[in-house]
Amino acid sequence: MKHLIDISDLSTTEIDELIEVANDIIENPVKYQEKCKYKKLATLFFEPSTRTRLSFEAAMIELGGNVLGFSEAASSSAAKGESISDTVRVVSYYSDIIAMRHFKEGAPMAASLKSDVPIINAGDGGHNHPTQTLTDLLTIKREKGRLQDLTIGLCGDLKFGRTVHSLINAMIRYENIKFVLISPPELKLPDYIKNDVLDKNNIPYEEYADIEEVVPKLDILYMTRVQKERFFNESDYERLKDSCILTSDKLKTAKKDMIILHPLPRVNEITTAVDDDKRACYFNQARYGKYIRMALILKLLEVN
Amino acid sequence: MNIDSIKNGFVIDHIKAGKSMEIYHYLNLESLDCQVAIIKNASSKRMLRKDIIKIDAELDIDVDALGYIDSNITVNIIKNGFIFRKIHPELPDRITDIIKCTNPRCITSVEQEIHHIFKLTDRDNAVYRCIYCESTPKTRE
Repeated sequence: MKHLIDISDLSTTEIDELIEVANDIIENPVKYQEKCKYKKLATLFFEPSTRTRLSFEAAMIELGGNVLGFSEAASSSAAKGESISDTVRVVSYYSDIIAMRHFKEGAPMAASLKSDVPIINAGDGGHNHPTQTLTDLLTIKREKGRLQDLTIGLCGDLKFGRTVHSLINAMIRYENIKFVLISPPELKLPDYIKNDVLDKNNIPYEEYADIEEVVPKLDILYMTRVQKERFFNESDYERLKDSCILTSDKLKTAKKDMIILHPLPRVNEITTAVDDDKRACYFNQARYGKYIRMALILKLLEVN
Repeated sequence: MNIDSIKNGFVIDHIKAGKSMEIYHYLNLESLDCQVAIIKNASSKRMLRKDIIKIDAELDIDVDALGYIDSNITVNIIKNGFIFRKIHPELPDRITDIIKCTNPRCITSVEQEIHHIFKLTDRDNAVYRCIYCESTPKTRE
């Protein structure tokens, strides 16, 4: 039985296979509409979510399966003080696969140690979000046509931005990848990722505080939100929330074929005027999320 | 200073000076009825100063865990008054419930019964990370 806790749980071959299956689902959806008939997905969301939860649910429904679960901790036994271990042990009796989001880092890993069914990490605090990364990879593959030879700008909250951490871990497997890290000093990428991932694998990276000076060299600009829920201190959030905002003006010197990605939800870090720019791919990215999650569910349930 | 020799037990030698009490507490030696000697700041050709612990009892010691606390130590197993075996513990691949994760965002901060497990991610630099949140222990020297 396989879980997906961290993107590194998947080999490059497995990721490429998932992208291939997702592309096939997009082309031939009817072929997959009964693949998970009589199977149940439990969505255990201890933290609010719109896209991730609904895309998981839509994915299972489009595979012919059923969905059960909760969308906030208050409506689960966690509100009564039940442990993650107990919750998962019980839910694994009622379902064939579990997608879990939790505000504490490592909660899905703890769950996987007790579960009788595959666990998918649907986001654990500021730590990891591997299915968003799979979504990002499918988007890059479809929009750029390749996963190698890319200069990727990561912009915004690189400290608590779990999507950024997972994306770095995934992209370093491909040839000739360079990162440009754009953030205020307080929200820089954690040292453990710089040291253990980038430096250890000789991946080149540069650090900047502003988008404008580096945008011409980028193939991909990956924007992130400064997440209020990750701050213990509200004054820190207020001080940093507007530090990286993408406007149409800042895109004037960008490559014509650069793509702009964002895991969403967006607050104000991308102005709505940018939505009309042909390079804005973040809504397509959200659409692709359902297909890659369908491919992942098939893989973890070992459905051919 | 004279300390009785051991017939059956352990001599934990080459402990970094000052670290013996950490090992004493980890092995829960205060609960033993047998003779336990802690020698602090003993002379050493190699280390200049070292600590030594002598335990006059046969215990089930997690030698790998001792390797995490101080990877330079030597564990001498004494049988019938002679050194039966010398063990040089290596850094263990995993350590369980020896140290606690102090990251307030980690699941270990709220899940009461969970084991605190760290894995060795960089042997050359002796770096351990929490298997749940990947943070490093702050207390390690």
